[in-house]
Amino acid sequence: MHLGVSESMRECEYSQISTRSSTPMETPYKKKTPKRRKWESFPGRNKFYCDGRIMMAKQTGVFYLTLVLILATCGLFFTFDCPFLALQLTPIIPVIGGVLFLFVLGSLLRTSFSDPGVLPRATPDEAADLERQIDVANGSTGYRPPPRTKEVVINGQTVKLKYCFTCKIFRPPRASHCSLCDNCVERFDHHCPWVGNCVGRRNYRFFYMFILSLSFLTIFIFAFVITHIILRSHHSGFLNALKDSPVVVCFFSVWSIVGLSGFHTYLISSNQTTNEDIKGSWSSKRGKDNYNPYSYGNIFTNCCAALCGPLPPSLIDRRGFIQSDAPQMAPPTNGITMYGATQSQQSHMCDQDQCIQSTKFVLQAATTPLLQQQTSDGRTALSLGGPCTSLPLGQPTPPTSTPSLSCHEVVDMLPIHTHTHNPMAHHHFLTPEEVPSPPGMLPCGSPMGHSPTVQAGFYNPASQDSLHEDSVRGLVKLSSV
Amino acid sequence: MWFHNLQELRHSASLANKVFIQRDYSEGTTCKFQTKFPSELETRIERSLFEDTVKTLNNYYAEAEKIGGQSYLEGCLACATAYLIFLCMETRYEKVLKKIAKYIQEQNEKIYAPRGLLITDPIERGMRVIEISIYEDRGSSGSSSSSSSVSGSTTR
Repeated sequence: MHLGVSESMRECEYSQISTRSSTPMETPYKKKTPKRRKWESFPGRNKFYCDGRIMMAKQTGVFYLTLVLILATCGLFFTFDCPFLALQLTPIIPVIGGVLFLFVLGSLLRTSFSDPGVLPRATPDEAADLERQIDVANGSTGYRPPPRTKEVVINGQTVKLKYCFTCKIFRPPRASHCSLCDNCVERFDHHCPWVGNCVGRRNYRFFYMFILSLSFLTIFIFAFVITHIILRSHHSGFLNALKDSPVVVCFFSVWSIVGLSGFHTYLISSNQTTNEDIKGSWSSKRGKDNYNPYSYGNIFTNCCAALCGPLPPSLIDRRGFIQSDAPQMAPPTNGITMYGATQSQQSHMCDQDQCIQSTKFVLQAATTPLLQQQTSDGRTALSLGGPCTSLPLGQPTPPTSTPSLSCHEVVDMLPIHTHTHNPMAHHHFLTPEEVPSPPGMLPCGSPMGHSPTVQAGFYNPASQDSLHEDSVRGLVKLSSV
Repeated sequence: MWFHNLQELRHSASLANKVFIQRDYSEGTTCKFQTKFPSELETRIERSLFEDTVKTLNNYYAEAEKIGGQSYLEGCLACATAYLIFLCMETRYEKVLKKIAKYIQEQNEKIYAPRGLLITDPIERGMRVIEISIYEDRGSSGSSSSSSSVSGSTTR
């Protein structure tokens, strides 16, 4: 029934009119769309502040904990111990403490707020070109292609370059895909929750300076608090002394942080990343001829290269404006889904496709049991309004006839995605993980390492019109049950 | 002689194909592009011109990423000033990137646009590829191009 369809589509429209001033999707006649910055349509799971100047991971709770711990410890030290020590010993102690504290804070903020070396995702044309090359090499057109690798010889060592299905690129050597941030990061070390960001090529030196200076600071505070207690206990006894100065809060952190600094010093001197060390990529246990091809041979050069080498600029251009006049090629005819664009016109145009896909997947997940249920059909139609958000990944859109689905761009798709699936999961046996996830969306809460599960080739852009008809029919069916 | 300037190229021609020159990782993670001549360009440009362009770009990137006295000095100075010095001056890498952008624009104007080709600066593709767009002549030879206010080649 048309009423049902238009209602659901109107629902979709009403629920997605963005209150932000950016790009209303209503008519093509509007000439003045406000210019948006690239960070607003960034496909990864990062958070941006200060209009794109600050970039952090999605989960920042532990970072605030780190800040609180450092501030609290130093605050207690300066309030309770420093006056005594400055009088009894020398006033230089609080000065050095202050300098160390500022250095720690500066390097922490620099590590947390900067771009770790994120690799931007491939444009559709690049991805198509790579797919073509791989198909030529393999000759296979499987539903789900096998993992793709390329081998390259670096300084005599054979290194395997893996293909990243999310970013649609062959990862450069030493790069890795962070599943928490959903980005490929150059020279990926690890994702540090304490710092609230990945540690990669561009912020490794700040991270190292942070942990090094923090270990000096904790040892400094620890030593002088002990001194304070000892000096006081001469006057008034040990227990009284303990009462007057705060309990040594940084006792445990000293060992863990000093240990971590030692570990990273070792990594720097051998020019390895945490990732490589944990995997044992260059360990001699793997083979007699296994050695690290990136090492410069001596410790001094390795350290200088890691800490004083040139700092490459950010590749993702967070604060640049989205250009909408770049010429595009015709969509590829090999039938494989294209996504992962960083161009905005794609991200503006993908809304309809996303609606169609989400609809299709919901229908797939919920056909038989749902028709037997009495409730939830209305909710299904309504809840489809939820996921009609354009994935920042974007897709090339063949010209379609219904521009009325205006969708609302959201940086973080996953909670909404989970929300749609929950009513389905409630009514039947498919869990959210089993529901075939639409292309481009990682399964919620997947604890995986570095190989995201995106199904390429799942969705044929050539059959979008028929899909659209199916979805419309599907909506009609649901609303009439 | 097809197009006399890049503006004409953009507005009178239609994009036919794109060729991607991939990175060459045989020397590690330093930025270097493959100098293999792609077959799609065989009819469009001489091999030597193409190889010169790629080799010059590779040299520029090697210069930017060179680890030597100057980079150490810059690194230590930056550390000593808590990286505040970069509010006033730009890093060596950024300086070289500017030189590269100028070089690419120059190459586009002199060599590539007259042959119906256009090089995109690799920095706009995350330093993964050198994208060369191949244009086909639509038929109208420049009479329709009226946009003189359009800015130059590399879009930022």
